[in-house]
Amino acid sequence: MAQEVIFRARGLSKIYDMGEVKVQALRQVDLELFAHEMVVFLGASGSGKSTLVNILGGLDTATAGEVLYRDRDLTRADDRELTEYRRHHVGFVFQFYNLIPSLTARENVAIVTEIACQPMTPAEALELVGLGGRMDHFPAQLSGGEQQRVAIARAIAKRPAVLLCDEPTGALDSQTGVIVLEALETINHDLGTTTAIITHNVVQAEIAGRIIHLKDGEIARIETNTRRTPARELQW
Amino acid sequence: MATLGALDRKLLRDLREMRGQAVAIIFILVAGVAAYVSMASVMDTLQHTLDRYYEEYAFGDGFATVRRAPEEVAERLGTTPGIVQVQTRVVAMVNLEIAGYDDQVAGLMVSVPGDRQPELNRLFLRTGSLPAAGRENEVLLNEVFAEAHGLCAGDTLAAVINGRRRTLQVTGVALSPEHLMQVQPGVLFPDPERFGVLWINRSALAAALDMRGAFNDVSFRLAPKADVRTVIDQVDLLLAPYGGQGAYARADQGSHRMITEEFNQLRGMAAVLPSIFLAIAAFLLNIVIARVVSLQREQIGVLKAFGYRDRAIGWHYVKLVLSITCVGTVIGMALGVWAGRALGTVYLEFFRFPYLEYALNPPVVVTAVLLTSGAALIGVMRAVRQAILLPPAEAMRPAPPSLYRQTLVERLGLRRFLAQPSRMILRNIERRPFRALFAVTGVACACAILVMGLFFVDSIDHVVHFQYGIAQREDLMVSFFEPAPTAALYELANLPGVQYAEPFRSVPVRLRRGHRSYQTGIEGIPANAYLRRVIDTELEPVPIPAEGIVLTERLATMLDARLGDEVVVEVLEGRRRTTRVPVSGLTQQYLGLAVYMEIEALGRLVNDGQALSGVYLLVDERYEDTLMQALRRRPRIAGILSQERAIRAYFDHAANFLLVYTLVLSLFAGIIAFGVVYNNVRVSLSERERELASLRVLGFTRGEIAYILLGESVLLTLLSIPLGIVIGSLGSDAYMKALETDMYTIPVVLTRGTYATAASVVLVATLISALIVRSRLNRLDLIAVLKTRE
Repeated sequence: MAQEVIFRARGLSKIYDMGEVKVQALRQVDLELFAHEMVVFLGASGSGKSTLVNILGGLDTATAGEVLYRDRDLTRADDRELTEYRRHHVGFVFQFYNLIPSLTARENVAIVTEIACQPMTPAEALELVGLGGRMDHFPAQLSGGEQQRVAIARAIAKRPAVLLCDEPTGALDSQTGVIVLEALETINHDLGTTTAIITHNVVQAEIAGRIIHLKDGEIARIETNTRRTPARELQW
Repeated sequence: MATLGALDRKLLRDLREMRGQAVAIIFILVAGVAAYVSMASVMDTLQHTLDRYYEEYAFGDGFATVRRAPEEVAERLGTTPGIVQVQTRVVAMVNLEIAGYDDQVAGLMVSVPGDRQPELNRLFLRTGSLPAAGRENEVLLNEVFAEAHGLCAGDTLAAVINGRRRTLQVTGVALSPEHLMQVQPGVLFPDPERFGVLWINRSALAAALDMRGAFNDVSFRLAPKADVRTVIDQVDLLLAPYGGQGAYARADQGSHRMITEEFNQLRGMAAVLPSIFLAIAAFLLNIVIARVVSLQREQIGVLKAFGYRDRAIGWHYVKLVLSITCVGTVIGMALGVWAGRALGTVYLEFFRFPYLEYALNPPVVVTAVLLTSGAALIGVMRAVRQAILLPPAEAMRPAPPSLYRQTLVERLGLRRFLAQPSRMILRNIERRPFRALFAVTGVACACAILVMGLFFVDSIDHVVHFQYGIAQREDLMVSFFEPAPTAALYELANLPGVQYAEPFRSVPVRLRRGHRSYQTGIEGIPANAYLRRVIDTELEPVPIPAEGIVLTERLATMLDARLGDEVVVEVLEGRRRTTRVPVSGLTQQYLGLAVYMEIEALGRLVNDGQALSGVYLLVDERYEDTLMQALRRRPRIAGILSQERAIRAYFDHAANFLLVYTLVLSLFAGIIAFGVVYNNVRVSLSERERELASLRVLGFTRGEIAYILLGESVLLTLLSIPLGIVIGSLGSDAYMKALETDMYTIPVVLTRGTYATAASVVLVATLISALIVRSRLNRLDLIAVLKTRE
């Protein structure tokens, strides 16, 4: 069947200018992501996976090449357009949660739902990640896994088309990591949100339909995973 | 939205988190706004009150004194173009005797029409009533004078009017727009004990002075668009045959001139001090906000990642800052109104206004609000812009490790003298040179304000010493009713107790040069004068030139005259000659704008021989009392006064203001120093918490990390003290220039005591804030700090 293309990248390059040295983070990357799929970007530290996802999410801009989100050209978008894009279409989950310490779990989600078009309520979003009972706790009162699930609830509350997760379990032990991955699975399955997860953990890649291997800023290979393993069966 | 948005909740919680610094900023804002509002509103209030007082009590626009003019002349004056109302009077200088008071007391006796108010220069009756019609011995007293001697209605005092002593009964106490500042002619400063104004029925005074059907003083009001100069010239022309001594406009009227000078001074103070405070408050806001924003860099990144627009994020921080400044401005405003009213009451006493209407003009409020929020907003904008400009992906990463390098001191090879912690202090200062510069500037400003407030007392001592130790050394000045022959000098010189006597002659004149003119008196002194000396710019006495006039430097500047230039001298008495006279010398004088001339040369200028206006005496203290009695018995003596006493009295009075002023200033400066240092240390602490905790983990003691953090502040404070002293000295000069009046210039005298006090206040403020931060440092939670992400 013909799958709907969500992202199409052509000849994408990114060079970081560090003054005396220039670091090429991405080299001529061509890529397509499809609607509703769960995809994992796998690669070692410095392979360019974060840079790629940041560009897809409108958090950073490419040095060369182009990226289309549906028919929207992200490479030519200005800051205002990128802001609109992030506000309505993309959800982010970061390795270090990036919760606002002065806001409770519910308020951390509300900060996104307040500016979204047709969001779920903060309570609904938190229920979805199994945190219905801890909504009025501050980040400092939550464990790492719980904080990350608040971050996921915050990312999906606006019903984004795409959920981008940069090392979502990177700061967690494996048991907690599994719970977080389960939450991502649920979102992908129940809401049909296109989900891209960055990891350097080969085991975790098993949950994805496609595994994109990156190395030195290039796509080394793309592997189609026909036998997806449910998160709760993973062990690392 | 009915409920509070999540972003606004964040705002409230952030505010609570930074309340310590918020309070420090609010303190400074309150100080700045309160100082501004109180000063500005007092100025408005005073000006408003003065204008209304002048209007309601019909203060004259012009004045003139004559020897004796028949009443018909008044009608001719009334028909002079430009004059709408004329009030003639009889006035006389008299000697007063008050039971239980031994010093010489002079009085200015002014006539009032029997049983009713005069048309011009009306009186405000504080207590009692006007002298009743037909009563020859009733007088009304000016309030300051009555208070100085505890006199009230029903009391009596004696006056020697035209050589005849009579007992007078007080009918009441009054105020007059004409004598807001009650100053004896020939004296620079008010001395309510030794000089007073009295009002008496015209019939009584006219009889005593042989002025029936005549007057010797007149005041008039001008038509709205009349040209003062033209009218004055016409009045002079009209009154010259009757011994006119030169008409003058309200601007030259003694009391009004002094009031105007006082107001100008107050206005100068109202402008300088609050602007310094506001500038520093703005600078502090800037630093704190920059810090909050830099700490929230990641949060800004997250907000941007979620699609918050730049404007929304900017607005969030603007609200954060505005809520702090609003609180500060409102409290400052309230405090300013309170202080303004309190100051108003003090000035009401000082200026003797009959009433005071407190006025807080809308422009004052608007200016205060705009200045504070404007300063705050500029600070915020700059800091927020920096964070917004970062792409969110970058903002969410922790700030890259800063580039440190060896400091200049280390590169100079002094490295081996510095332990590692000291190197860390130096490198940290060098890494953020602008912040260090700001901190130094802030503390230096506080130090400078202190210097500017403290030097005053020393300066006044210097003036008094200069004026009485070097320039004017007489104990008493004896003046005659009429110019007297030279024999009078020898007569007085031979009185018991007189050690030395020196004659003087004073002649009322108008000096003109080009379009500039100044009405004053020329004082003639002998070439070899010992008591009254002309002092050059090197502060050395110099002999007075045989010809020409010697001007005080400020008067020379006012007339735009240099040494050797010619000045037109219009003599305003006797034959009223007008001559051109060269400026043959300049003299330095802090008090007054005197003009000197060799006494014989002055006699030739006036062309009436060698008459004396009076004699300066050097007196043996032991004989002072008997000498005073002997002098008082002499009918030709109009006044015996000790100028020094008058000035001491005035400065004693002013010293109360100065003391309060200095205390308030020190308090404000202390707050500023504290605010700057405290904020600076808090900023460093939150930026370097991790670094300091790591050092503790590595085995550094609390004392050592405190040294690293606080040593920087102490070092910066030490650097700022010399800078503060320099700024303070320059500021003092500018400040004194702004406060300079016709009456006096205050030289800036800076002593080591002033420097030491300023430095101590700043150091104490630094130590207090260091101690507060030190206690926070001791509570540093090592594990928690290190557990969070790098």
